[in-house]
Formats: sequence, C-alpha cells, structure tokens
Amino acid sequence: MTTENNGGRRRELSSSQKFIKSVTPWVIGFWKTTFTVLITMVGLLCVTFIIGRVMPIDPVLSIVGEAASNETYQQAYRDLGLDKPIITQFFIFLWDVMHGNFGESLLTARPVSQDLIRVFPATLELASVGIIIGIVIGIPLGVIAAVNQGTWVDHIARVIALIGYSMPVFWIGMIGLMVLYGKLDWVAGPGRLDIFYVDIVPSVTGMILVDSLIAGDMTIFWNAVSHIILPAGLLAYYSLAYISRMTRSFMLEQLDQEYITTARVKGLSETSVVWRHALGNVKVPLITVIALSYAGLLEGSVLTETIFSWPGIGSYITTALLSADMNAVLGGTMVVGLVFVGLNIFADLLYKVFDPRAK
Amino acid sequence: MSELKTSPETKQSLHDWLVSDAPTSRRQAKLSSYYRAWLTLKSNPMAMFGLAILSGLLFIAAFAPWLAPADPFEQDLAARLLPPGEGGYIFGSDSLGRDILSRLMYGSRITLYIVALVALMAPIVGLFVGTAAGYLGGWVDVVLMRITDIFLAFPRLVLALAFVSALGAGIENAVLAIVLTAWPPYARIARAETLTIRNADFIHAIKLQGAGAMRIITRHIWPLCISSLVIRVTLDMAGIILTAAGLGFLGLGAQPPSPEWGAMISAGRKFILDHWWVVTMPGLAIFTVSLAFNLLGDGLRDVLDPKKNK
Repeated sequence: MTTENNGGRRRELSSSQKFIKSVTPWVIGFWKTTFTVLITMVGLLCVTFIIGRVMPIDPVLSIVGEAASNETYQQAYRDLGLDKPIITQFFIFLWDVMHGNFGESLLTARPVSQDLIRVFPATLELASVGIIIGIVIGIPLGVIAAVNQGTWVDHIARVIALIGYSMPVFWIGMIGLMVLYGKLDWVAGPGRLDIFYVDIVPSVTGMILVDSLIAGDMTIFWNAVSHIILPAGLLAYYSLAYISRMTRSFMLEQLDQEYITTARVKGLSETSVVWRHALGNVKVPLITVIALSYAGLLEGSVLTETIFSWPGIGSYITTALLSADMNAVLGGTMVVGLVFVGLNIFADLLYKVFDPRAK
Repeated sequence: MSELKTSPETKQSLHDWLVSDAPTSRRQAKLSSYYRAWLTLKSNPMAMFGLAILSGLLFIAAFAPWLAPADPFEQDLAARLLPPGEGGYIFGSDSLGRDILSRLMYGSRITLYIVALVALMAPIVGLFVGTAAGYLGGWVDVVLMRITDIFLAFPRLVLALAFVSALGAGIENAVLAIVLTAWPPYARIARAETLTIRNADFIHAIKLQGAGAMRIITRHIWPLCISSLVIRVTLDMAGIILTAAGLGFLGLGAQPPSPEWGAMISAGRKFILDHWWVVTMPGLAIFTVSLAFNLLGDGLRDVLDPKKNK
C-alpha cells in the first residue's frame, strides 16, 4: 500500500514537473525575444541619435537664423537642451521618442509624428499591392522552374530573376513612365490620383484603393489603380525575383524527398504531387521569405516614391534630406527601422506557429 | 619516363599535370584545385559572359583617356541634346552638349573606385568584428553581435541616406555610408566560420605551443575566413553599385560635373520625355555592370559551394 502511494505521488510529481518543463522554454523564449527586441529598438534609437549628433548642420542656426544676436543664440541653444551632458540629452531624446515625439519638421512646421502618420498609409498601400503581385507571379514561377530544373524554362526564370536583381529601380521607373505614360498612355502618370479626384473620397484608412471601395466610388478606384499599377508593378518585380528564386530552391529540396516518390507510386497526378504535396511543405519557409521581401519593399519604395511623386514615407525622407530637415529624416528612418524589425519578428513568430518542428 | 613529374613541360602536359589525381607537391595540389574551379566556371556560359563584360569594363576604365572620343567635361552648347549617332555623338549628347559615351567611359572609373573601396573595407570591418566575437566569446560576443543585429535591422539604403545626410554629400562619404551599412553580414559569416574553427585540433595544438589570442586570430583564423567572405563580396557587388547609383541619383553621392552614372540619370531627368537617350544610356551602363557582377557571382557560388560539389 505504501509503495503504491509512493508510486502514485511520484507519478503526480513527475507529471507536474513535466508540465513545468514543457512550459519553461516558452516562458524563457518569450522573455528572451522581448529582451532582444527591446535591445534592438534601443539600439536603433542610439544609432539615429548618433547620426543626429554628427550632422554638420547647426540645429540652432536653422531655428534662429544667421542674423541672430549672441543672446538669442544662447537662449535657443539652452532651449534645445544642447548645454546638457550628452548622456542626459540621449535620455531626453529616448523619453521623447517613447512618447511619440520626434520633434518638429522644419519643412512642414508640424510635428514629425503627425507627418509620418499621414504619409505611412501611402507607402503601405504601394508595398502591399507590390507584394501581392510578387507572390501571385513569383511562387508559380519558382515552382515551374524547380519542376523543369536544367531546362530552358529554368534558365529563363533564372535570367528574369537576375535582371530583377540588377536593374536600378529609379532608372527603370523613369523609363516605364516615359514609355507607358508618356508615349503609349497605357497608365496614369505620377501621383496617387488625377488632380480632379483628389480629396473627394473621405479618408478612412488613408489607402485610396480601400477608401474608394468603402465609399463605393468605382471611378476613383479605377483611377487609383491606373496610378498605382506601374510603381507597384516595379516593386513587385523586385520581390518576384527573390520569391521565385527561394521558392525554386525550397521546391528542389522537397521534390528530392521520398514521400514525393510515394505519392507518385500511389498514382497521384503530377499536378497534385507538385502543387499540393511539395508546395504544401514549403509553405512555412515561404512565409518567412515573403515577410522579409515585404520589409525589403519598404526600402525599395524610397527611390520608387521619389520617381513617381508618391506621397509616402520614402519621398518624405528624401525631400527632408534635400532640405536638411534632420528631425524628419531621423523620424522617418526610425519608423522604417522599427517596421523592419517588427516584420522580422513577425516572420519568426509565424515560423514558430506554423512549423510544428520549431516547437 | 619513370621519374615523377613535378613541373609541367609542354602545354598539353600542363593540363595533365594540373588535373593529375596524384599531386606530388603542395604547389601542384593548390594549382590543381584552382584549375578545376576555373574549368567548372568556364563551362558556365553565363558566368563567362559576366566575366567578359567586367574585363571590358576594367579595360575601358584603365584606358578611358585614350578610348573616349571626346573630353567628358567639354561643353558645346550649340550641340545640346543631339540624338545618338548625330554629329559624331555615338550615344548622343547631354543638355550641356557633352558627349555621353565619353562621360560613361570616365564614369566607369568612379563606379569601379566606389565598388573597390567598399569591397575592401566592408569585409575587413566584418572580419574584425566577427572573428573577435567568435573567438573571444562571452560578453564580447554578446555585445558585438547585438550591435551587428541593430545595424542589420535598418534597411540599407535608408540608413545610408541618413548617414550621408549627416556627413554631407560626396563620393567619399557615400562610400563610408555604404561601408557602415554593408559590414554586418560579413561579421555574421566571419563569426560562424570562427565558431567552427576555434575548437579544431590544430588551434589547440597552437595554443599548447604558447600562441596568444592575437596570433591565433590573425595568423590562423583570418586566412580561413577569407574564401567565404570573397564569395559573399562578389554576390554583393551589384547591390553596392545600385546603392551608390541610388545615392548619386538623389544628389548625395558624386557631385555635378562628375560623370557618375547615377548623377547623370538625375541630371537627365528633366529632359526624359523628349530626349530618351540622356537617361537611358547611363541606366543601361549601370544595369549591364550589375548584371555582369550578378552573373559572375552566381557562377562562382556554383563553383565554390561545397554542397553542390558532392
């Protein structure tokens, strides 16, 4: 009887221990991730702060002007907190940023944070349409290249991707505008809408494609489509190059496996083997690739937006750059960096959720 | 001939000597492995095409003063914006009547200069950081790798933009900005290599002989990291060119009279609708060179990737 009791207690203990053991890595993993993210974010702020400090432009002069008296200059110097030790300045900066205060833009004379909220949806819209086109074309292209490995189909897919990697985006954007808008008039020109459609649809999400659908105004929707198709198509080409190459190599790995042979022996059609079995198993790494190339599109949008006068975060940063508007540049850089980090973490998390082996 | 051949005699025997299965000296074995890699690369037509373009580029850059039909800075306002082929301008003339072909030829020097500087500096920074982190381990590793991750977290072009805007526009600052954004991947590679090497028997043997960390890192770990860094650099070249051209296009790289390709595109932007060649030609030059680097890099990876050689 005693032994049975002991045995029972021992079993109970071991099962609760098992529970703790199974949960602990998750808890540790969670804190570790949170810690890493926090450190990276603080690091991002550090780097932007340092960039802001080494700039040769005198922030005081740009406020008070060249002709200011010495007293005015000193007053502004103190108001900006520049007389404080650099460490104190850094913590003040950190405190401000955590409260969403990026300072005021010299160019628009408004808080940078407000400007960023206003321009961000335009970039989001452009990158989202780009990534959707990239996925829809890139994945099938990669699959077809993998299935026909070594044939001319594969070579063409490879050349398409290499051309995508090698093209200067600002150049091909200008050529595209010149040919498709200037000569052939197939697409609309720079900007998000024709000038007489601007500000008609109430702004809900800030993304015109969505807003016009909500308002049910199809004329504006199609006008927005004709404006977005060229810049989004260009961005799509870049993500397509990356997505198709990665899909190809993932697929090649899968098509080599024994379960593929088994599926074929069972008599499944080739379509089902390739598109259901093999592609189904590369879903998880593909999600990571897509999240990464989505982040890459944010970067690609900087030059694309400049060419197409697209009022997003990219053209906001470049306009600010050219007029030495440092607050706006740093605010924009920081937000792009934060979104970048966010997408990377998101990709990591998705991987853990979708891949049972990662648990 | 019964004696072992240790040096080649004729051209035919040079090939045999190089592909010999039983090398008789260290030199022969080493040359043989290079030769085999070269043969694989040679059988890849796309890589050879890339290599040919790059050799051509080097040649043009080296002999630009002799090859260029005109002075790249000489203006002829009477011959503004002439289309290709007219008035002796093979690629046309720009808005100040300068010969675009000559400007492209001189511009190739700037492109090569930027690429060479970045390709030298970025891997070296990465090598220092990566090997130090990998070999010393502990908190040095943690701190250095965190910093690397932070730099990796920024999108490259945006960070380079911020750096150049802080440092001021110009080629040297553009190079510096690209290096500052390009080193993290090299640091990661160098660290990974170091981690696999540091516990090898030969490192322990050197340690027993009394070698210090400095000697082990510089004399024994660095040489072994270099080959994987070189592959990565070749693959990154196109990206470097595109970033540099992008900075030039935004007016943050080379400054106006300079015939940098990105800056030429930016200068021709106003005239694009009626004078297509002003923008098209420099863009084609950038595209051709970065495509050549990509083709060569792709081929090199196939040759040097140990997984594929199996």
